[in-house]
Parts: sequence; structure tokens; C-alpha cells
Amino acid sequence: MEILSRVHQKNLVSWARDKENILVLSADLTGSCEADLFRDTYPSRFISCGIAEQNMLSVAGGLAREGFIPLIHTFAVFIYRRAYDQIAMSVAYPNLPVKMFGFLPGIVTPGGATHQAIEDISVMRALPNMTILETGDATDVESVLDVMHSINGPVYIRMLRGELPRLFSADEPMKVDTPRIISKGTDVTIISSGICTEETLRAAAAMKKKGVSVNHVHVSTLKPFNNKMYADIINTGKYGVITVENHTTTGGLGTIVAEKAVACGINKRMARLGLRDTFTHGASRAYLMKEHGFDAAAIIHAVEKMTGNKLNISDDELAKVRIEAVHSEAKAEGL
Amino acid sequence: MSKPELSWQEKAKNMAAGIRKRVLEHTIKNNGGYMSQACSSAEIFAALYSKILKLEPSKGPLEPKPYAGVPSGTNVKYSTGAYFNGAKNPEYDRFILSPTHYSLVLYAALIEAGRMSENSLDEFNRDGSSVEMIGAEHSPGMEVMTGSLGQGLGQAAGIALARKMKKEDGRVIVMMSDGEFQIGMTWESLQFISHHKLDNMVIIVDVNKQQCDGTVNSVMKIDPLDKRLEAFGARVFKLYGHNINELASRAELKPDGRVLVILAETDPCQGLSLLSSNAPKLHYLRFKNDEEKAKYEEALKRMVE
Repeated sequence: MEILSRVHQKNLVSWARDKENILVLSADLTGSCEADLFRDTYPSRFISCGIAEQNMLSVAGGLAREGFIPLIHTFAVFIYRRAYDQIAMSVAYPNLPVKMFGFLPGIVTPGGATHQAIEDISVMRALPNMTILETGDATDVESVLDVMHSINGPVYIRMLRGELPRLFSADEPMKVDTPRIISKGTDVTIISSGICTEETLRAAAAMKKKGVSVNHVHVSTLKPFNNKMYADIINTGKYGVITVENHTTTGGLGTIVAEKAVACGINKRMARLGLRDTFTHGASRAYLMKEHGFDAAAIIHAVEKMTGNKLNISDDELAKVRIEAVHSEAKAEGL
Repeated sequence: MSKPELSWQEKAKNMAAGIRKRVLEHTIKNNGGYMSQACSSAEIFAALYSKILKLEPSKGPLEPKPYAGVPSGTNVKYSTGAYFNGAKNPEYDRFILSPTHYSLVLYAALIEAGRMSENSLDEFNRDGSSVEMIGAEHSPGMEVMTGSLGQGLGQAAGIALARKMKKEDGRVIVMMSDGEFQIGMTWESLQFISHHKLDNMVIIVDVNKQQCDGTVNSVMKIDPLDKRLEAFGARVFKLYGHNINELASRAELKPDGRVLVILAETDPCQGLSLLSSNAPKLHYLRFKNDEEKAKYEEALKRMVE
């Protein structure tokens, strides 16, 4: 698997080159959100806002009203938890093209509860006019720029940084409200988003060897969720549907899929993997995914439970977990 | 024999009297209204609409459009209420009303300025009307979503920064209430405005020392407001807020790199001394009985005379 480093940092600079109305707004996390190269390349289009997110979101609304497209760069938690009223009234209500790049979604950070955005999808999804995107690999991170730019309104993005795998071919960009079909199968449908897609790939590879027919789909648009393909996707798994998300199972991908299933009149068993109505703590991504039951082993266990079929897959059979060094050249700090 | 042309000061004085009269009339008719706000800020709005704001000249009184739905990707009928302030133009100022509890005062000012039809207040707080009680951005004279207190300044700062980047000459003029200086975000916005040297902004504060629960000093002290603002890098003038000449002359000072803040010290019962018997609860006037209402009707008669 190809691993790339600081994909957004370089990509943002080349993508924004001829787009004069693109601004980057940062709240003291410029390097941490890979916006430092943009700042150094286009200083007049970089607006330092200090550690003052409420004002940053309202300022972004004002700039957007005047024809600019502000790209907010900070950690996801500080966007939706600190500035919710400002997002709602200065940005979402007037349907302004403010694009919020929320870094460190879910448990990707060992920064602990203060830094882990675990209910951002639930919260942001409730806002009218809001589009929600989530990146799962380097290709998503590259192509999310065109996607968010094509949407005439506010967009919230769960953004990845540092070292990223390339799961999807670079010439197959993310498309709005279009799931990626990773593998077709008939036993169980597994719908994953964000970093959970990489984890599901590990589980699915092992399960396929044991004869399980896995229908695996990657979701990068959480709102809107209108693609007609979803009815078929949910219906295809003979035994049921499993959702895997780096988020609380209250209001995120699992809830979205459940709502869709009910709306389509599909009666399928469903297992929702993710954080189960709990905050968590500072630890590595692999540790936390295991602790909260949404790592590859937990996905296999959910499939066993759903099919009633013991697969006897040992840890050794799972592809080795890719562990990203906490202190690597790919990140500005240890968070 | 033709009447001599009135000076702008005389016009503004009449406008302020007209604002108080219209709001009182409305309050009596509806058995409630934001009366003290009109009393304290009538001269501020009169100075704004007769002198300070550089807007496209009025094309005559307009009728407010009915409520046309919320902004969305598909609502083509939507517009803000900025059309009452004329077309947008790089040379023209923009006006942002931050505490939209003053909407009734703004509507009265638009009528007095000949920008909105006299009967528009009949639409106030009526179902399906854009002349809302706590105005939204589709309400007459408004162009951003304010009223969640403290959010007007940040949005105005974004507009002011954008106008600087586009090299536009027009200013962004924000009207604020003193209570908003209790809000953390207000100070975030001020430090942003100073850091980015947004001297194309003018903030006029109605320092009436009143808020919902009572006097500002009893709820949460903000003194010394002028010193606090100066410490944040603002160019501050404290003045008597019922003096239209002073208001206008300060607002027209040449920019010097700092945001201009005018602390207009006002009396929430100015022009309607009767109101002082309700102190310290002046935020909203509702008549307790017919006797009280009759007193206000008397006061209105005297105003009309």
C-alpha cells in the first residue's frame, strides 16, 4: 500500500494557485493543519485569527458574503463545539460558502477527550444547509477540495493529515453523495467511512479467504445521503448491514444508514460499530479502535454474530496493523 | 412663499422625534414594545440616516417584501433586507445592526428617512411578514444574521476585511448595545479588528446602561468600557448620545489605522420621562393596566402636538 505524507499541505497550494478568492483562516494551528505552506506561499490570502474560533466563524461569514471562500483550518472539536451558534447563524443560516476543515476526527489523536471530535457529524448534520464530507485516504484528501468547491454553501469536512494510505486510485476522485463500491458481495454489507475503511479492508480481506461474501462500501458524503444506490447497498447483504465509523454511533454513519433503511422500507439486521455513547481518552488509534470495538477484529466478530458462523480468524491472519509513529516527520506535533 | 430648506441637524432632530413617536404609537397599539431602546437611540439612528451613513439616496418609500423563506441552495425568491439601504457599491457604507431587539427603532428610522412606507409598521410581528419583532437578515434595513448578541461585530469585521482586500472605500458601520460588551466574542472580534487594522469600521454603541435583567452595572459590570476598548487598540470617543452634531462629527473623522468606537451615553427614558417609573426594568414596555396605558396615550398626544 502506498503511504503518502502531508498530502493536503502541498495539494492545497497547487489547487488554490489560480483561485484568487480562496482564503485560509487559521486559529493558531496552521502547521498542525498543514496550512503552513499555503500561508508562506500566499501570505495575503492567509488570515490569522488567533485562538478565537467564535470570531473566526463569524468573520468567515462576513468574508463569504463579499465573494471570498474562506477555508477554516483548525481541529474539528474547536470548530463545532466552540463556535456552534456562530456556525448556525453567521454561516449555515445564510447558506454561505464557508468550508470548515476539521482535523483530528474521532480517535485519530492521542490528545484525549479535549481533542477528539466524536459527535461532530451528529451535531453538524442537524444544521440545515450543511454538507458533511469525510476523507478516508490520500485520494479523498486530494479530491475533497474540488468537491467542497463545487458545493454552493457551507461544508464541514472531517480531514486527515500526516501519513495517509492511498486506498483509492488517484484518478478516481471523491464525488459528492456517491459511495465507493470497494467489493461486491451478498452475505453482509459493510458500510464504512473515514479511517474505518482502511480497517474494514483488513477485516474483509481475511473474511473473504474464509468464504464470506462481503459487500463493502466507503462513504465520503454523510450529508446529503440521497444516492439511490443506498437502497440496493443496504438490501444486498443477506444477513444484514454493519456500519463502521470513527464517531459515536449516536447520530453518525450508523444512524444515517438506519434512517435510510427505514425510509426505504428495508428490514435488515444492523450492527453499528463505533464509539458507543461514550467519551474516550488519550491513547493510540489502534488501541482505541480495539478498546471501543471498531477495529478489524471487532468487525469480524460482528459478522460472525450476524451470520452465526464462526470464522476462526487469528490475529496473525489479519494484515499487520499499520501503526503511524506518534512523532513523525509528517506531523507538526505529537497530537 | 416657499419654506426655507431645513439644515441636516433640524431634519435629524425631527427624525429623532418621529422615531420616538412612531415607536410609542406602535407600543400603545400593540400593548407592548421596545420603548426604552427607541428613547435611548433615536438620535443615533437619526444621525446615521440623516448624516453618517453614505448610502444610495432613497428611491422613495418601499414596501417590505413578505417573508420569502430561509436562504438555501434552491430558494431563488430570497433576499436580505439590505435593499432598504440602497444598492451596494464600493463607495457606499454598509450598516449592520447588531442587537436586533432594536429592529422596531430601525424600522421607524427607515420610515422617517423616507426609505420605507409609513404603513409598514402594521406588518410588525405579523405572521408571514418580514418586518419581524427581532429582525432577521431578510427584515427591512438588515443584511446579516444578527441578534444572537455579539455576532454582529465579527460578521461586520469579515465584511470590512473583505472590503479592504477589494480596495473599496465604503465603510462598515455597526450599531451595538452596551450589554454586548459582556460577551467574550465581542472582545475576540475587537482584537481581530485591531490586529488586522480595520479602520474602515465605525462602531456606535448605545450606552444606555440597560439590559434585560436591569441595569448593566447590576447584572455584570463592564466599566471602564472606554479604557477596556482603548486597551484593545480602539480609538474611543465618549459623548452625549443625544447630541446629533457630536455623533456625526466623530463618525466622520479620518481613519487613522484604528477602529473608531463611539460610546454614545444615552438616557433610556429620553423624551419620555414617564418611562422612568419602570426603572430598572426598562428592556420591554408592557402596560400593567388601562390607567398606565392612558398616561402613555397622553404622552403620545403631547408628542404629536
